[in-house]
Amino acid sequence: MPAITLTINNELFSARKEQTILEIAREHGIDIPTLCHFEGLEAMGGCRLCLVELQGSPRPVPACITKAAEGMVITTSSDKLIEYRKMLVELLLAERTHTCSICVQNNNCELQTLAAKLGIDHVRFDYLHQQLPMDASRERFALDHNRCVLCLRCVRVCDAVEGAHTWDVRGRGSTSRIVADLDRPWGNSTSCTDCGKCVQLCPTGALYKKGATVGEMKKERSFLNRILERRRLAAQGRSL
Amino acid sequence: MSKLRLATAWLGGCSGCHMSLLDLGELLVGLADRIDLVYGPLVDAKQFPEQVDLALIEGAVANLENLELLQQIRRNSRLLVSFGDCAITGNVTSLRNIFKVDDLLTGVYQAGPGSLPRSGEDGHVLPELLPRVLPLHQVVEVDAFIPGCPPDPDRILAAITAALNGEPIQLSEEMRTFG
Amino acid sequence: MNRGELAELAEATLQKQQACRLRLLVCCGTPCVAAGAEAVVAALREQLTGLGNLADLELVSTGCQGPCSRGPLLTVLQPGQPEQVWEKVTPELACTVLNTALQQQHLPEQNLLPQDWPFFNRQTRLVLANSGRIDPESLEQYIARGGYESLAQALHEMTPDDVCDGVVQSGLRGRGGGGYPTGLKWQLVRKSSGSRKFVVANGDEGDPGAYMDRSLMESDPHRILEGIAIAGYAIGADQGYIYVRGEYPVAAQRLRKAIKDAERAGLLGSRVLDSSFSFRIDIRIGAGAFVCGEETALLGSIMGRRGQPRIRPPYPAEAGLWGCPTLINNVETFGNIPSIFSIGPQAFSAYGNGKSRGTKVFALCGEVVNNGLIEVPMGIPLREIVYEIGGGLANGATFKAAQTGGPSGGCIPAEKLDTPVDYENLQALGSIMGSGGLIVMGEQSCMVDVARFFMEFCLDESCGKCVPCRTGTVEIYRLLSRICNGSASQRDLQTLEQLCVMMKDTSLCGLGAAAPNPVLSTLRWFRQEYEAHVKDRRCPAGVCSMNELPLHLLGEQLLQRISALRCDGEEY
Ligand SMILES: Cc1cc2nc3c(=O)[nH]c(=O)nc-3n(C[C@H](O)[C@H](O)[C@H](O)COP(=O)(O)O)c2cc1C
Ligand code: SF4
Ligand code: SF4
Ligand code: SF4
Ligand code: FES
Ligand code: FES
Repeated sequence: MPAITLTINNELFSARKEQTILEIAREHGIDIPTLCHFEGLEAMGGCRLCLVELQGSPRPVPACITKAAEGMVITTSSDKLIEYRKMLVELLLAERTHTCSICVQNNNCELQTLAAKLGIDHVRFDYLHQQLPMDASRERFALDHNRCVLCLRCVRVCDAVEGAHTWDVRGRGSTSRIVADLDRPWGNSTSCTDCGKCVQLCPTGALYKKGATVGEMKKERSFLNRILERRRLAAQGRSL
Repeated sequence: MSKLRLATAWLGGCSGCHMSLLDLGELLVGLADRIDLVYGPLVDAKQFPEQVDLALIEGAVANLENLELLQQIRRNSRLLVSFGDCAITGNVTSLRNIFKVDDLLTGVYQAGPGSLPRSGEDGHVLPELLPRVLPLHQVVEVDAFIPGCPPDPDRILAAITAALNGEPIQLSEEMRTFG
Repeated sequence: MNRGELAELAEATLQKQQACRLRLLVCCGTPCVAAGAEAVVAALREQLTGLGNLADLELVSTGCQGPCSRGPLLTVLQPGQPEQVWEKVTPELACTVLNTALQQQHLPEQNLLPQDWPFFNRQTRLVLANSGRIDPESLEQYIARGGYESLAQALHEMTPDDVCDGVVQSGLRGRGGGGYPTGLKWQLVRKSSGSRKFVVANGDEGDPGAYMDRSLMESDPHRILEGIAIAGYAIGADQGYIYVRGEYPVAAQRLRKAIKDAERAGLLGSRVLDSSFSFRIDIRIGAGAFVCGEETALLGSIMGRRGQPRIRPPYPAEAGLWGCPTLINNVETFGNIPSIFSIGPQAFSAYGNGKSRGTKVFALCGEVVNNGLIEVPMGIPLREIVYEIGGGLANGATFKAAQTGGPSGGCIPAEKLDTPVDYENLQALGSIMGSGGLIVMGEQSCMVDVARFFMEFCLDESCGKCVPCRTGTVEIYRLLSRICNGSASQRDLQTLEQLCVMMKDTSLCGLGAAAPNPVLSTLRWFRQEYEAHVKDRRCPAGVCSMNELPLHLLGEQLLQRISALRCDGEEY
């Protein structure tokens, strides 16, 4: 595997050619916030939290999807980036109805944690208060659209790992919504195998196990570690 | 040294944040030496006083009474702090924002099992509801935020201590989470 | 058909046309049809049938002739006489024109457009050379005007590299909005390696108010096919697609017919013009999403996926349709190609200004006297477009601003009326060339309201994939609405600017990245209007209702009401 050298935050690093900026940074303990990305799933670049500054590029680039190249000069944190990331998370908090205090995922939530980490103690935008439904028609799991950040991890893991492709997106813009089996109640889905992968990868309280009450939903992902790691390496042309 | 003039207020919230304040327990005794509690549900004052140093405001702005009081608090206080998630995000109080006010009143007081209090329709008994429940910072300038539903006592203590020391009230990462 | 036969057919058709003592060209572009062009054609047809369908009288239903707001249009050609054009033609007027012309009498002056009308005179028509002059459904008429000769020249006289070089020399840049050098793109795709290559023509045209591409596809479909075929030869592709938006059924139908006719004539399909080059073109219909005009979303849509952009790189030139190198250009870009080779790259690049060469088609609309489709050399001063071609503002209004680039563009204020209209100069003013929408506004337009209109469009059209665009558009729209209804605070104005800058920098694709442009540009040139809305709760143009109160005033007003109640001795 050809090696390359690049600079991150004024430090030189060498890396394998097919690696993303995010992978290299993480390997060296440099923290870049992410939300939509999950290692081992195909990156989609939707949440924009992982944006980093790349010398010579007029706009910041998403670290989760941008492949490293020889000589890149990257900055992973700056006043501007921090401000952008804050705004992005604030937009997410305002978009749907995240009432953490009555959420199954309270205290275990990636969005909540990100907000605290980025220094968000209030949201400067209008809360949209969309009236969105819940889908509790499946026997073991439920979906609350009010907590969904449209990261599409569920869509990707179900398609690429479980191979069921139960989930997809309907609508567009702010009316986009996750749908099961071309927009049926999840309970009527014939493609869903009840594997629970989407539930466990969901960063928020949007997908959860029934029976969990406030703060009781903890996501358990260890059963996916191996397969996701294999997929991550395969994307670089490597194997476990 | 003069004592810090502390006021608390309870707008559209459940009083849980005030309960959490009381949960400071014996620590309150220590604070009492340095603080004058001049207004709030915990004291008997009818009018919001002048020259308040620190105002901890629980609850969102849901009705006219909240709005009136909050504007007065802002005028009379040096530091105004959004105290708890309802004050910061609207939280549970704002869940009614998906309904129109009229539909809500009809649904609760007329279509439902209850009945509207006498002369309530004229808006003289029930303070008029605002079209949308709003977080404090969308109504007045807010100086600091104590998230949590309710905020843990240690967050409240950290905020009050900072104010006592004349430092900016800025909670650390673990103390910043909503919910 | 081989090259010789092509030339023969051109000659024969031309002779037939020249032998006509009278040719009547009725504009049957969509706006003219809406104004009643079909009745005009029917009336003339009846008269001609009555006369026994003489061979030297020709009636042609053409595509758009240009001044669309004055339709239906009738152009009359008589040998040895200057051509004459009538506006707002009724069936009666058309028949009078026909009859007087046949009797060699003085033609009616009613609704006759002046000979030296600047709307026509000031234009330079390369791409639109045939629009309004030929029957779009007639292959012969296209050929008679030199059609497919450029393709023949490319196939028989030039190597693919020569063709790419020619496009480079012409200085042509993409007409879809971005202005990327077309020749460079062709060379990139030519050099990319792949098992197959594709050419895609972008006819999605989603900007509100823009209809250049539709008109071109409807008026001169073969020109686009020829351009695509030349591109196919240049990059080494054997398949092209034209992506037409679903709202353009006429364009799709004309293109389909054109493809069939061209295939039948051996101008497309296998062994084009008896060369070793084989090339097929198919139509793909969009479902009406602005974002599907974005190249990666468009390619996704062609492949049957959700019409959503993806991150570039890889660019389509490396990995486009099914991972193969793909050339994607706007239909107007392709429309320029035959002209480049018919007049020569040098002659082509003689038009224009600075790094912007050739001409540009604009849909001129708004408060100008002459609305319509125009083609002008790049670098023409905006003033000339508005006051000469456009005839100035209607009803004596004063020019306030011109908007270019639609929801991705910005506005040009009155003090910049002398700006040359080209890529660089427009960009310097915070606007863009865009695909060619040009809206002229007088002082009756509120710039905040205009910005809000475009933001509403973008919030509707955002695909939803990335956060800044999906939610940012909604929040910006709400802020603008507050400014327009009088309830905004100074802080809202600040938040508005912060959001716009963030969205521009962080959005995944061009839709979100450009969506704040109308706001930023109006803030740049008309900040005082925003301030008036916010500070004085006043809309200088008198457009916005301003009938809501900002919270602090609402509070005060309500409080006054309460104290009034209390004074009444009533219990609160
Ligand atoms: C949101 C968005 C919409 C677009 N719509 C169009 C369109 O309708 N037609 C078009 O030709 N290009 C459109 N583009 C530009 C295309 O992505 C692409 O750059 C263009 O088709 C390339 O052709 P050109 O180089 O000939 O301009 C759009 C881009 C964006 C970001
Ligand atoms: S999903 Fe996370 S951010 Fe949303 S309400 Fe639940 S805990 Fe809060
Ligand atoms: S349901 Fe969960 S995993 Fe799926 S898109 Fe929404 S937040 Fe992401
Ligand atoms: S900028 Fe808008 S249209 Fe483009 S990817 Fe993001 S959400 Fe979709
Ligand atoms: S983590 Fe990279 S865009 Fe979401
Ligand atoms: S459609 Fe007739 S002039 Fe444009």
